Amino acid sequence: MSIDKKKIKHISKLARISINSKKSDSLAKDLTSIFKFIEQLNELNTDKVEPLSSILNTPLRSREDQINDGKIRDKILKNSPKKNEEFFVVPKVIE
Amino acid sequence: MMSEIIKKNLSEIIDLIKKKEIKSEELANLYIDKVNKSKKLNSYITTCFEHTIQKSKEFDKKPNLNSLLPGVPLAVKDLFCTNGFKTTAGSKMLENFIPQYESTVTENLWKEGAILLGKLNCDEYAMGSSNETSYFGNVINPIAKDTVPGGSSGGSASALAADLTPATIGTDTGGSIRQPASFTGTVGLKPTYGLCSRWGIVAFASSLDQAGPMTKSVKDCSIMLEAMAGFDKKDSTSIEKKKENYSKNLKTDIKGLKIGVPKEYRVENMPNEIDELWNKGKKILKDLGADIIDISLPHTKYALPTYYIVAPAEASSNLARYDGVKYGYRSSKGNDLIEMYENTRSEGFGDEVKRRILIGTYVLSSGYYDAYYLKAQKVRQLIKKDFDENFGKVDAILTPSTPSSAFKIGEKTNDPISMYLNDIFTVPVNLAGLPAISVPAGLDKKGYPLGLQLIGKTLDEQNILNVAYAFEKNCNFKNEIKNWWL
Repeated sequence: MSIDKKKIKHISKLARISINSKKSDSLAKDLTSIFKFIEQLNELNTDKVEPLSSILNTPLRSREDQINDGKIRDKILKNSPKKNEEFFVVPKVIE
Repeated sequence: MMSEIIKKNLSEIIDLIKKKEIKSEELANLYIDKVNKSKKLNSYITTCFEHTIQKSKEFDKKPNLNSLLPGVPLAVKDLFCTNGFKTTAGSKMLENFIPQYESTVTENLWKEGAILLGKLNCDEYAMGSSNETSYFGNVINPIAKDTVPGGSSGGSASALAADLTPATIGTDTGGSIRQPASFTGTVGLKPTYGLCSRWGIVAFASSLDQAGPMTKSVKDCSIMLEAMAGFDKKDSTSIEKKKENYSKNLKTDIKGLKIGVPKEYRVENMPNEIDELWNKGKKILKDLGADIIDISLPHTKYALPTYYIVAPAEASSNLARYDGVKYGYRSSKGNDLIEMYENTRSEGFGDEVKRRILIGTYVLSSGYYDAYYLKAQKVRQLIKKDFDENFGKVDAILTPSTPSSAFKIGEKTNDPISMYLNDIFTVPVNLAGLPAISVPAGLDKKGYPLGLQLIGKTLDEQNILNVAYAFEKNCNFKNEIKNWWL
């Protein structure tokens, strides 16, 4: 699979990363060689193989739906790049 | 005389404290002094010496000598959230992030008496094999001034080898503990997936990430693992099991153990020295009474391609949280919310992180999921089966840790694939969730250290620690670090 600038534009839009035209050239080159490398997997027939999504043999634990913390608003807001006293502040979304 | 103390292994330092031959505060000051003189190595991102001294004074007033790490100052990889102390993950994105909570693994260390010295440099979001992707600059390997310490736990390995911390912890997603350990002549262990809690560790690839110890000796490694490990209900993939006394149960008797040697790990263009070292390892274990058995792990060559689908896919999902709203860097550019996101992520992430997010986004995108991600999950199953089948026949597997010794700064930065190939021997273990330890085994012609890797069965950490311990005692490896930067 060869990755061209058009594809980089599409993926970077999906990933919400702005990429300038110069960067886009080198990324297309890097990603093309990386995809060539990972496409070695196509040598293998995996029709009858079950995909492995978790290494643990047991299903994930569930827990009681109980509140065990709270009243940490100020802690949560502490690292926000822009906030007022109670809220995260973002650029205007609705005109 | 005092400066000799920080050259000692962790277990020896613990003995000195227990015998009251040194106080925690004196020890802390010895490390602080050398850290201050070792800025050239760039292994620390953040220091917190006031905190260190205050805590060590508290310890000295009321010492609890029954804990595992009594009053021992420790620096940790800057991927572990530390309450009130900057945690950057080596990224501009988190340059000013001060966690309001503590990771479970570091909390476990403090409960055992350890004291935070500082936060250690690493590749950005742990994505790298040379520590060259860190926003905070390259880290120097103390073995020679133009070489990388490996990565992603490069700062941890460099600080440890340079005696800037008596032991440390790293994280290992594809080799990030074992490869830098090999490059610096130190011991590094990646535990079984689920043994150490991932809670409070900046996430990279959640089905692969594991925290583990990096130390100067195998015994130290067993002490640190004992302190770190344990069930944590805050991590849904944490394994529920009893705590083990790895250090107490450490033994050198490995008679009759079956050690597998996989032929697929003899890769093309591997330097002769690595092969010779591997043979030396086999001979040492054989002389100790182990049976060396040739085995085959036929899907080994597909491990790296599988990893470079699975890890970026998980990373692209994990790193979606960095949007400039709740915490971390925010760009001042952009006319609306979407542009703010796009500029924040463009300016906040470095090149390698962007590369991996884009790969991950692509392999998970509509129309490509089956061809890449699902395919990789199937091959991951085959890789795990290779190990499962062989662990019926053998008790542990011996391989080289890395295909080369430490390389020069800048040598591989322009070619992502050649950088990725560094992890060829370490990645299969992460895909299969197994424990593995890298133990120093010799020096190459340049005098750079090389390591051998022992891979164990699920939750069989004690066994690989024992084999590594026996190996270490009979290998006579000595790290030659000359403090040239002082």
